[in-house]
Amino acid sequence: MNFEYFFALLLGGLTRGSIYALIALGYTMVYGIIKLINFAHGEIYMIGAFTALIIGGALSFTGMNPVLIFVIASIAAIIYSAAYGVTLEKLAYRPLRNAPRLSALISAIGMSIFFQNYVLLAQTSDFLPFPTLLPRLKILALIEHLISTTQLLILISTAVVMILLTLLIQFTKMGKSMRATSQDKQMAQLVGINVDNVISMTFLIGSATAALGGVLISSHTGQINFYIGFIAGIKAFVAAVLGGIGSVPGAVLGSFILGLTESFGTGYISSDYEDAFAFIILILILIFKPSGLLGRKENEKV
Amino acid sequence: MFSIKELKRAFLTSLWFMFLTFPLLVMKVNTITDTVIWRWMNLLYVGVGSFFLSILWKYLLERRDRKGSSTSRNPLTEKISKYMEKKNDRYSSMAVLILIVLLYPFIMSMYQTSILTTALMYVVLGLGLNIVVGFGGLLHLGYAAFYAVGAYTYGLLFYHFGLGFWVCLPLGAILSALFGIILGFPILRLRGDYLAIVTLAFGQMVRLILENWNDFSFGPSGIANIPRPDFFGKELNLAQVTNFTYFIAIGLTILTIFVIRRMESSKMGRAWEAMREDEIACQSMGIDIARAKLTAFSMGALWAGIMGVLFAAKTTFINPASFTTWESIVILCIVVIGGMGSIPGVIVGALLFILTPEYLRAFSQYRMLIFGIALVLMMIFRPGGIIPKVRKSYKFAADKNKSQEGEA
Repeated sequence: MNFEYFFALLLGGLTRGSIYALIALGYTMVYGIIKLINFAHGEIYMIGAFTALIIGGALSFTGMNPVLIFVIASIAAIIYSAAYGVTLEKLAYRPLRNAPRLSALISAIGMSIFFQNYVLLAQTSDFLPFPTLLPRLKILALIEHLISTTQLLILISTAVVMILLTLLIQFTKMGKSMRATSQDKQMAQLVGINVDNVISMTFLIGSATAALGGVLISSHTGQINFYIGFIAGIKAFVAAVLGGIGSVPGAVLGSFILGLTESFGTGYISSDYEDAFAFIILILILIFKPSGLLGRKENEKV
Repeated sequence: MFSIKELKRAFLTSLWFMFLTFPLLVMKVNTITDTVIWRWMNLLYVGVGSFFLSILWKYLLERRDRKGSSTSRNPLTEKISKYMEKKNDRYSSMAVLILIVLLYPFIMSMYQTSILTTALMYVVLGLGLNIVVGFGGLLHLGYAAFYAVGAYTYGLLFYHFGLGFWVCLPLGAILSALFGIILGFPILRLRGDYLAIVTLAFGQMVRLILENWNDFSFGPSGIANIPRPDFFGKELNLAQVTNFTYFIAIGLTILTIFVIRRMESSKMGRAWEAMREDEIACQSMGIDIARAKLTAFSMGALWAGIMGVLFAAKTTFINPASFTTWESIVILCIVVIGGMGSIPGVIVGALLFILTPEYLRAFSQYRMLIFGIALVLMMIFRPGGIIPKVRKSYKFAADKNKSQEGEA
């Protein structure tokens, strides 16, 4: 077995997994709290990538330091995506909070279609090149053929985000309110938690991490278009289901399993069916363990 | 009428939207010439537009909450059902409609006939999906896959065995229904959100297979030169065949409406409806949920298969690009916006959706954008759709001679 090829696939899988994890967090947190698949979440990720492209592109013509531009573009993307996420919740999901779940789901699909076409009409349907902003690191010169700067950045920033998020959920007051709300919305309200704020906060955090994922993967692959959110969104959702939807560590675990499966699958089986691996995993997991790897089983009441 | 506070709120909302849309709507980066195109007018439009829309939005939301979200006391629905009760009026309007439909291809141009044929195909597709989504309450996002099964059945059977349109029509329907059952098995335990995502995945898988399995489906290049429908073995010229296809579409539409109306009030139809309302309660009443789900899927898929064969015959060329998730979502939009579970609603929805972009060319670019907003607005302000489903209710008529079965 060719070790270098194997290592490249492993690293590719981890990179993919990290990106899926950053997106899947939003799905799993939102689902944990309001029991809704936020279909438009992939589009929030896409909007983050586009914002970074536009801001980064505009600034790169001024001749600023590329690393600084990258940082500014990433922060802009995170702020904008978070703003879009919160607005989305307020306009499309909040008025439907007491409606049947099917209505909220259709509303989410509507928003997904809307966002895609909004970006398509406002910008373009072509693939846009993402500016190369990050320099090659000197320390990496020896192993450069194995790992790139962007890959390293993706792995490190995902790890940092995961740690920060765990701390937030476990130890802050906001995290405690979130956990309480996901247990029982009504009871949380009774003990004085502002449920509306908690839900907005969930959307804000989820959208921000998705945007980070969008910026990182676009600078890694070097191109984006209005459609990238759709497939990435479905796959991240699959990852969230695989790990057990509603569970944050589950989403991370599921994302890495999915990323590695895809990477090795395309490497050793066939690259034509790249997108099919996620769907096969989804169908298998839903047949054999619908609550996911780390999810808890919920009993439904009539 | 508007307080200062409300105006201030609207002003802040418009500022917020100007901020939100700033990078995407105002700036356009050109990486070839290294310039940024600024489109400041867009910002002005967004600002002014969102100012007024936010006032309207608040007013509409308040009105909705005051009224409650009951759809039964809908003026339009009431008018329609009152009208339908008068038999004489109904028959005369039906006669006029039939006359228009029969004469249409002889009055209008071939292009117009062709558009109306497409619209009718979407009527049938919508009615088929309506079985799954409207009657069964199962959100299905991979419906175009069954459409593809029908189209490829005809395409491949013609290519390999030279089978004709009329033989393939029932074969496509049966195969598609079988696929519905195959899809049905793994998802028997799923509902709601999970079901939506699995059907989406199924639709994607079918498209992936059609695109990549070159030996089987000829990949992205598709199958060309599929014959148009023949009239008892006679070859027709282009004008004749367009009209003939139109009449086939009319015939299939009428057949669909007839069959689905019967299905709706059959034992199975009522099982579907019970399943939509509450799956667990329905199960405990002794209804076989698995059977209800499988029949809903296969009966829905059946119509997609038939339309797939007709589609292949009408366009004479098929490739995977016609059967994307977008196609499924357009059909879902037709059902949801027309009115889930309501047969007239789906018909109106399909005609509206397919004909409006054809006649308002300027609007066709914004088609999907408007569909997206329409889905959200419908769910918030009018969850029943344009023509909501009229529930059968039995009135107790003590002061009349006979008890009346009315639709109110």
